[in-house]
Amino acid sequence: NPYAGLVSHLRAAWLSGRTRPMEYRMAQLEALGRFLDEKKQDILDATAADMGKPSFEAYFTEILLCKNELNDTLNNLSHWMKDEHVDKNLVTQLDSAFIRKDPYGVVLIIAPWNYPIHLLLVPLIGAIAAGNCVVVKPSETSRNTERLVAEMLTCYLDNDCFAVVTAGVQETTRLLENKFDYIFFTGTSSVGRIVMTAAAKHLTPVTLELGGKNPCYVSDTCDVKNVARRVAWGRFFNAGQTCIAPDYVLCSVEMQEKLMPALREAITEFFGSNPQESPDFGRIVGDKQFRRIRALLCSGRVAIGGQTDEKERYIAPTVLADVLPSDPAMQEEIFGPILPIVVVANMDEAIDFINARPRPLAIYAFSCDSKVVKQVLERTSSGGFCGNDTLMHLTLTSLPFGGIGNSGLGKYHGKFTFDTFTHHRSCLHRNMGLETLNTLRYPPYSQQKLGLLTATFEIKRKGMCTLL
Amino acid sequence: NPYVELVSRLRAAWLSGRTRPMEYRVAQLEALGRFLDEKKQDILDATALDMGKPPFEAEFSEILLCKNELHETLNNLSHWVKDEQVDRSLATQLDSAFIRKDPYGVVLIIGSWNYPIHLLLGPLIGAIAAGNCAIIKPSEMTKNTERLVAEVLPGYVDKDCFAVVTADVQETTRLLENKFDYIFFTGTSCSPTVGRIMMTAAAKHLTPMTLEMGGKNPCYVSDTCDVKNVARRVAWGRFFNAGQTCIAPDYVLCSVEMQEKLLPALREAIADFYGPNPQESPDFGRMVGDKHFQRVQALLRSGRVAIGGQTDEKERYIAPTVLVDVQPSDPIMQEEIFGPILPIVVVANMDEAIDFINSLERPLAVYAFSSDDKVVKQVLERTSSGGFCGNDTLMHVTLTSLPFGGIGSSGLGMYHGKFTFDTFTHHRGCLHRNMGLETLNTLRYPPYSQQKLGIVRAASEVKRKGACTLL
Repeated sequence: NPYAGLVSHLRAAWLSGRTRPMEYRMAQLEALGRFLDEKKQDILDATAADMGKPSFEAYFTEILLCKNELNDTLNNLSHWMKDEHVDKNLVTQLDSAFIRKDPYGVVLIIAPWNYPIHLLLVPLIGAIAAGNCVVVKPSETSRNTERLVAEMLTCYLDNDCFAVVTAGVQETTRLLENKFDYIFFTGTSSVGRIVMTAAAKHLTPVTLELGGKNPCYVSDTCDVKNVARRVAWGRFFNAGQTCIAPDYVLCSVEMQEKLMPALREAITEFFGSNPQESPDFGRIVGDKQFRRIRALLCSGRVAIGGQTDEKERYIAPTVLADVLPSDPAMQEEIFGPILPIVVVANMDEAIDFINARPRPLAIYAFSCDSKVVKQVLERTSSGGFCGNDTLMHLTLTSLPFGGIGNSGLGKYHGKFTFDTFTHHRSCLHRNMGLETLNTLRYPPYSQQKLGLLTATFEIKRKGMCTLL
Repeated sequence: NPYVELVSRLRAAWLSGRTRPMEYRVAQLEALGRFLDEKKQDILDATALDMGKPPFEAEFSEILLCKNELHETLNNLSHWVKDEQVDRSLATQLDSAFIRKDPYGVVLIIGSWNYPIHLLLGPLIGAIAAGNCAIIKPSEMTKNTERLVAEVLPGYVDKDCFAVVTADVQETTRLLENKFDYIFFTGTSCSPTVGRIMMTAAAKHLTPMTLEMGGKNPCYVSDTCDVKNVARRVAWGRFFNAGQTCIAPDYVLCSVEMQEKLLPALREAIADFYGPNPQESPDFGRMVGDKHFQRVQALLRSGRVAIGGQTDEKERYIAPTVLVDVQPSDPIMQEEIFGPILPIVVVANMDEAIDFINSLERPLAVYAFSSDDKVVKQVLERTSSGGFCGNDTLMHVTLTSLPFGGIGSSGLGMYHGKFTFDTFTHHRGCLHRNMGLETLNTLRYPPYSQQKLGIVRAASEVKRKGACTLL
């Protein structure tokens, strides 16, 4: 196996204990901070070359949000790492009972191409913070960023403990044959299954950040102009190539009529009369993806946009009206700058529609009526949820980010990333003496011993007092 | 698929929302409590028939520890199900940001045979508390307990939302072809193969899982200890349930001098516990089945029998046994023993013990005995395992506040207490913003500008605080 040597090299470094001390982890994390600062322009240039990512967007997602995760981690690591002392029962009152935060060992992080630095670094930050050695595999689809990571990131980190592997599909399959102690994968559901099946061979725990069709319900009671801007922003950011982008809108036929001019106005405000000339609108990452998304345009009726330019891999910010559930745009995650609107009679129909489909990474609901937002939240299931906006829940390091069902398993961001890469080891440290405390549990057994043992071990039911 | 209808019936019940209200969950949990109270004698009888489990042990592990989990859950459920409000950034100060505790849906719990009620009910309590529907599959190895669960438990819980399935290996494979929203599997003394099969089946549906597996749990005994206490605590942990415990000390590592001291102390402890002929003691169990008996009996050909070694195939009795001068290459060191045999492997010192432990698969538990705290801490620090106990065995699992689970081939995931509730809960990140206040958002929209970027950064950034280590 072409990677066996690399993996055992990292495993030897892991067994040496080098990644365990807090000073070491802090130093590596601070080096990541310097990478983000010193290579900022290179990152902006690479992502621009890869998918026409506007530098504002690249700065926000690839630099700022990463630095937030870094700072949150550096600010709190000493606290997160500490043994967590826990409640004891009567028998263990004199003992030391705590949760030890152990690293897993050698972990693998596989990143996608749409936010190629962010979706590589944010898991990496948690993996390093938790004391692991790491193999990172950037996406081969975002070639320029892949090269940047492979050539430059390694200069900042301890190469005995952290390695970058560049690999295509075949090579990644071989990489996955090796035993890792944790695998963190961001990508599509179909590849997610392959990764989990490979992980199963070694009983390796995994986090899978996958995708789905994120529905966006717009009730009749809303500020149409605000809704249009927030939905357009979420849909067209990074030219639609966002795992939590609003994938399609559900609303009444009346709301569709109102939304259309508002969306048209928002798009013009954002990108001007000809978005192809705007420096603030991205491109599709590759020819294959471009053709896939373009084919989805034969759904419903093009109400806004619809223009494409194959040479630039440009697809205009597009809104499709009167889309049917059977249309091509409703059969797969769009991952492009097309927003289909599917008409439903009312909120109940919208909720049934959402629940008839695989559980998505995000659900969005827009309404001036808080009760409507709460009902959609209550009666659906998704990775995350945002009422009256799109994407924003991802910017809080205090909220766990992850999918459910087809959209993934596991969660991260902030402390959740540290916890993802940490084995929570239950520990009890008892006294070598005080043996009399133990005699009740030993044979020969008796009813009397049982009665006393029960008294010392039992957890009683408290009086009923609901705090809901 | 023979289980398709059952699974869709439960899924329909799930979609109806019936398991969501707290009153419903509390009622189902209280029904489990009544099951444990009213059927206590039946449980003691069934486990006695299945593996000669002494009633004291059955009452402790199958009844008391389950009721503890139940009470812990009932006492705290209203708190656990609540939305958890979280810290907000400057940009989201006026919003509602919280973690919603959503159930997964229809979950599958596969129990094991060694603590057949405990290892089924423990996860079930958390699954119900978290608002799921559940299919539970008791082990087919313990026929009496399996029958008890299948015939009696459904009478206590809502049959539309909770179902018991009895299935052998073939049927379980078919059961696993269905899509579940979470799978909780406890496997005992089986090779990692079974865990791999489970996870591969789960991967087809991207189903998250908890695997509670096993391993060879090492027990290091340093030269500085109270030999008598150590012998009692280790003997207790090894011979409880006739050794059929996933966290039992599997083998001892100590110096040749300590081996010499331990033997008489172990002999005395065993005599104290079970009398001169343990086969006559009502307090010592039996192997669960003929195949297990034969497997464990074959392991006796390792090292030298220093204590015990007697067997009786008719009763599936294996005496509390201690083997000395065991080599790492001996049969008994090749698999999890899961029987009442304690091999002693001699090592020169603590460093050699730690290296030995680290050369094998990571176990479910590591034990270290020493009067010197530093020794215990070093073993903890330099090894990796599911859990750890210093100066005792088994006891760490009796605390509902400690997460119980494996690492590497000993498993993935953790449970007990709130950790079980969390296992069966999807932590959904939620943000509820204002429909108005649009001016707050204008900075993020195109057309982009350096000025906008500067303000966005100020509104969203998390600053690095002054370096101040609290370690």
